[in-house]
This record gives sequence, C-alpha cells and structure tokens, in this order.
Amino acid sequence: MAVKAKKNTEAAAQPKKGLIQRRDRKGIWFCLPFVITFLVFNIYPVFRTLQMSFMSYKGFGKETFIWFDNYTRAFKDSLFWDAFLNTLKMWGVNIVLQLGLALLLTIIFNDMKYRMRGLSIFRALFYLPNLIACTSVAFLFKTLLDWRFGTVNQILLDAGIISAPVNWLTGEGLTAQMVVGVVGAWMWFGNSFIMLMAGVQGIDRSYFEAATIDGAGRWKMFTKVTMPLLRPIMLYVAVTSLIGGLQLFDLPYLLSGTKGQPGRSLFTAVFYLYDMAFNKNQMGYAAALAFVLFLIISVFCAIAFKLMNRKED
Amino acid sequence: MEKVKTKTAKSLLYLFLILLSALCFTPFYLMLINATRSGNEIMTSFSLIPGASLAQNWALVTENMDLGRGFLNSLFLAVCNTALSAYFSALTAYGLAYYKFPGAKVIFTVMLVFMMVPSQLSLLGFYDLCNQMGLIDSYIPLILPSIASPATVFFLRQYILSVMPRALLEAPRIDGASEFMIFHKIALPIMMPGIATMAIGAFIGSWNSYLIPMLLINSPAKRPLPVMVAELSAVRDITTNLGATYLVVAISVVPIMVAFCFFSKYIINGISAGSVKE
Repeated sequence: MAVKAKKNTEAAAQPKKGLIQRRDRKGIWFCLPFVITFLVFNIYPVFRTLQMSFMSYKGFGKETFIWFDNYTRAFKDSLFWDAFLNTLKMWGVNIVLQLGLALLLTIIFNDMKYRMRGLSIFRALFYLPNLIACTSVAFLFKTLLDWRFGTVNQILLDAGIISAPVNWLTGEGLTAQMVVGVVGAWMWFGNSFIMLMAGVQGIDRSYFEAATIDGAGRWKMFTKVTMPLLRPIMLYVAVTSLIGGLQLFDLPYLLSGTKGQPGRSLFTAVFYLYDMAFNKNQMGYAAALAFVLFLIISVFCAIAFKLMNRKED
Repeated sequence: MEKVKTKTAKSLLYLFLILLSALCFTPFYLMLINATRSGNEIMTSFSLIPGASLAQNWALVTENMDLGRGFLNSLFLAVCNTALSAYFSALTAYGLAYYKFPGAKVIFTVMLVFMMVPSQLSLLGFYDLCNQMGLIDSYIPLILPSIASPATVFFLRQYILSVMPRALLEAPRIDGASEFMIFHKIALPIMMPGIATMAIGAFIGSWNSYLIPMLLINSPAKRPLPVMVAELSAVRDITTNLGATYLVVAISVVPIMVAFCFFSKYIINGISAGSVKE
C-alpha cells in the first residue's frame, strides 16, 4: 500500500516537472525578436567594425587585409591625438562646471536646517535643456553667440561689460573650446543633479539626523556623511560623463558649422573619426580609431574605479 | 538673531536658484522673442518684448523649407520607435523574468555587456551593414533596431519583478490561458507605468536623434526635423534673415517643451529610477 502511494506521487511529480520545463522553454519565443534584432543591428556591427579596422577599405569596393597597419598609423597620427586633447579640454571644462553645480544644488536641497522647497519645480526647470535636440541647441547658441549680430554680445556691450564684441566661436585659442564646455554643462547639469539627488534620497535620513544631533557643522556633514554615502552614485555619474565626454561629437560639430574651426580647435576624437570615415572614405582607418578610442575609454574608466574604490578604505 | 540669519541665507539661496532657472530658460525665451522679430531688428538690438514680424518670418520659412514634412517625418519615426521599443522590450523583459529557458542567462549577460560598449564602435559597422543591404535612404534601419533596446529591457525586467508576484500567473494558467495571452491580458497592463516612463524617453530620444538619420537619409523629402535644422545654414534665404532662423529652431523645440510640461514627473522619475537601481 505504502509502496503504491509512493509510486503514485512520483508519477504525479514527473509530468509536472516536465510541464514546467516545457513551459519554461516557451520563454525563448518572448525573447526571439529581441535576440534576432540585437544580433543583426548591435552585435554584428561591432564585429564588422573590428574586422574593418584590420583592412584597407573605402567603405565600398575592395577589402584588403593589412592587419595592424591602421593601428600603428593611429598611434603616430598627431592630428588624431590633437583632436583627443581637444576632447579632454572641452570635457574638463564641462565636467567641473556640471558636477560642481549639481553637487552644490544637491547640498542646498539636502540641508537639514534650511529645508528648501520647490525641489520638483526647480528640478524640472534645470532639466529642460537636456530635452532639446542638440541640433537646435547648437544652432540657437551659434546664433546667440554670433560675433556681429549675436544677442549675447549685444547685451554685454549695452551693459558696458565689454567694449568690443567677443569672438565666442571664431576667435583664437581656448575660447571656442570653453564655450563648448560651458554649453555642454548648461545642457547636462540638470541630469547630474537629478541623479545625485536620487542618490541622496536613497540615503537613510537617520544618518543626517544623528550627525546633526552630534553637532556636525555643514562642512563636516558634507565631507564625513554626504560624500562617502554618495560615492557610488558620484562614480556612476562621473564614469557615464567620461564615456559620453570622450565621445563628444554633436555639439562641437554643429557649433563649428561642421568644419571644426577655428584652427581645428573644435575637432574632437569622434569628429576626426567621422571625418575619416565619411568625408575621406577611409573606413578601415576610422574603424581602427574607434577601437583605439574604446581602449582609451576603458583605461580611463578602470582608473576612475580604482581611484574611487581606494578612498573607501 | 539666529532666525534672521537663517532667513537671509535662505532668501539668498532662493535667489540663486531662481537666477539659475532663468539661465536655463533665457536662451529659449530669447529664441521665442527673436522668432517674432524681423532680421533687421535682431541685428541692431536685443529686446525682451515680442516683435510684429512673426507672420512675415513664417511666410519666409514656409516658402523655402518643407518644415511640415520634416515634422511629420520626425513624428512618424518617433511613434514607430516608441511603439516597437515599448512592446518588444516588455515582451523580452517578461520572458527573461519569468521563464528559465536555456540561454536566458547568456542573453541577459550579453545584453549588459553591450550596454557598456560605446556607440561609435558599432556606428561604422552599422553604416556598412546598411550600405551592403541597400538600406541607405530607407526608414528601415531607423526603425527596426528599436526592437532591441537593452536599457529598456533591463529597466522593465527589474520593474516587473518588483511589482508582479509569480503566483499571479498561476490562476490563469489553471484556467487554460496560453502564455502569450497571459502576457497580453495580465503582465502588460501591470507593467504599464514602467512602460510609460521608458516610452517617453524613447520618444524624445527618437525625436532628437541626429547622427544616424543624417548619415543614412539622402532625399530631402525623408529628412526628419533635426537634420533639417542642422542643414539650415545651407538655405540662403532663411539664414540671411535671423528672425526666420530663430523661428525654425523654435518650431523644432516647442513640441518637446509642451510635452515636458505634461510629462515632467514621469521623465524625471525615469532618470532617478535608472540611476538608483544598480
């Protein structure tokens, strides 16, 4: 009797397990459209770029393998490294302003004593520039900053702040690069602010309350409580900004009227790559540049992670 | 005394916040104002009060550019991209979250790895692929890829796991509902708030996208709005009149600003959610 009962439960369990397995397999049908599209439009292109980077290829016609020639050329190409340096300069101006402003706003809205109101309205206003197409932002600033007819110079001249019009985007030296950095910060600081604020709101309030009761001043609170707890989110914001920043393209491309002027100072690394691929028909070389840039970004990210993690100990 | 000090400090901080908001908004305000002024007025002085040349600028723009066409193109692309990425991301997220099929882990891992890969690595290969398949100047490569939106899948997978217990699926299964029916009738409605958050992002992303349409689309009649705006400098009759120039930019910007007034809460929640969930 007992043996029979055991057999029965086994028999009942067997098909049920099979049923669940069969049902679990159906999951692949839910993912199939994604998988196919992903293979064709995301994964294949990356490997194709890798393949092209070892070839002499115009983007059409003959493909000849030249192995590492494109890479050795890239390491010797001073114009590419100039462009990379330009990218770093623009990103540097951008990140200092962007993160600094975002951090300052986070501290203001997180202050235990002042308890500032209107967070959601200010947050929305600060985020507004993020939403506008880069083409429109670039065109708008290009027109506003125009040397002769731009509104910015008109306002500054009328107010007596400057005596002669400033060559914002056409002058010599660093001015144009600074403008790109500042416009970038203007566009993106709201995004960083929202992320930092979300990070702060995820922190248990009792940490701040305990620190207040212990008599921690504003500076102590910031350096000993807020910053350490914000480190993971700061790392996230800094790394995403670095990845995005080293790929800077749209803004300088459009602000310089697609030419990279004045004096090539607005040529960024991706801009140079783009120029090689689509204006100079050197697809293979441009592909190698893409991978060189990827390598540099990876190294920078590794360094960022190392630095941030070391401080934690 | 202490109270007075706090009050002054607070007012100063509010003043700072208001000035910063003004800084965010002023360029758009100047754009709107200048769109209503004539080219000559703009060249000689600036003003904070609207001018009287809006109709004139509008006539100049519509004579030289088919902005309505660009608007419709952008709208078409954005709607297709939003619908595809919302539906298929929800489908994939559901499949990955509730079924243990062979390869599910591999799909998830590969997806996460490729989310980290900078876009310029795939750009050239993608262009080459379109070129070889004869898809230049076609909308297919601008629309189809949004079936695979890894970030959206990732977000929705986390979302559905946190809002929908597995037990919810058992009752309809006992009633004999098919797996796809369960997805459409039960999971999809439950995921809707999450889908809405991601869909707004997808819409704005598509509306603003510039580089890929610029590379792939040649015929003027197929150009979306951002590409048209970027090529504005080639249209002599418009660029010689700054008022018309500002008007074109304003037309491309205003729809997003209006949408933002209605959806700002969802948009900001979406960004916050994406940054906190590790």
